[in-house]
Amino acid sequence: MSSALRLWEGQSKRSKMSLTVKDKSVVKAFWGKISGKADVVGAEAFGRMLTAYPQTKTYFSHWADLSPGSGPVKNHGGIIMGAIGKAVGLMDDLVGGMSALSDRHAFNLRVDPGNFKILSHNILVTLAIHFPSEFTPEVHIAVDKFLAALSAALADKYR
Amino acid sequence: MVEWTDAEKSTISAVWGKVDINEVGPLALGRVLIVYPWTQRYFGSFGDVSTPAAIMGNPKVAAHGKIVCGALDKAVKNMGNILATYKSLSETHANKLFVDPDNFRVLADVLTIVIAAKFGASFTPEIQATWQKFMKVVVAAMGSRYYIGILEYQQAPEICLANAAFSH
Repeated sequence: MSSALRLWEGQSKRSKMSLTVKDKSVVKAFWGKISGKADVVGAEAFGRMLTAYPQTKTYFSHWADLSPGSGPVKNHGGIIMGAIGKAVGLMDDLVGGMSALSDRHAFNLRVDPGNFKILSHNILVTLAIHFPSEFTPEVHIAVDKFLAALSAALADKYR
Repeated sequence: MVEWTDAEKSTISAVWGKVDINEVGPLALGRVLIVYPWTQRYFGSFGDVSTPAAIMGNPKVAAHGKIVCGALDKAVKNMGNILATYKSLSETHANKLFVDPDNFRVLADVLTIVIAAKFGASFTPEIQATWQKFMKVVVAAMGSRYYIGILEYQQAPEICLANAAFSH
């Protein structure tokens, strides 16, 4: 197997899986396409997470109705996706940009950060369903990296 | 062991029945190699995997995608006994191919995304939940023979499955 470092277009040598210039532009362009449906995507992704990963319901035991189409689920999914949309504009400093939300998740909500990965997966599933031709492998990798970086920024204050 | 309701069994069969292995297999494996490029470590002999276009056009990647997806067929047809069905495949991946078992989860997640893209809204949250349960069991069975040095896994493979059920 070749030991040569294979670099894709826009990649540079760096020490961790940080967002490249190309990643950021792919994410921004894709988010531009989906922005009209962001609420719907957020609501659906959140509902899918609660349904397919029932352990995540433990954080919402105070809600009467946790079914995918319910009012609180749709509303909350929209709120989450709105915050993610804002983060698209903050990709140059996600840790700084997410600082207040990180405080909230760390000290009030105390959501186990493992769940950020689960929600990210359900966002990807929902994007694939609603944008099957736009959600190419190249867009998939950039969005996956963005959501991972966002999750890390959200978990930044935990300890 | 793993309990399947009749509804779950028929959901999984229905989803699988609509999947064209020859199309979905190559799409899923190709997407794994693109989105998680370190997985290319297992495919040094496959030729050009240097760009997304090269990967999606690579005939060896496509052929292997069909093989991998085809193996899922055994699980669908032996839902009550997935652990035993995959025993020798798990051993091969552990002892001959030296594949990190985390890759099984990665492939399962990407396969789910590819299926979701094909099915669209008919891949409802409830169907997704059942399909992901099935994926979780398959992934755990594929990893089951990696732990045979650990006494508890030798005595009770269900523990391996149960523990896997609690990770993503």
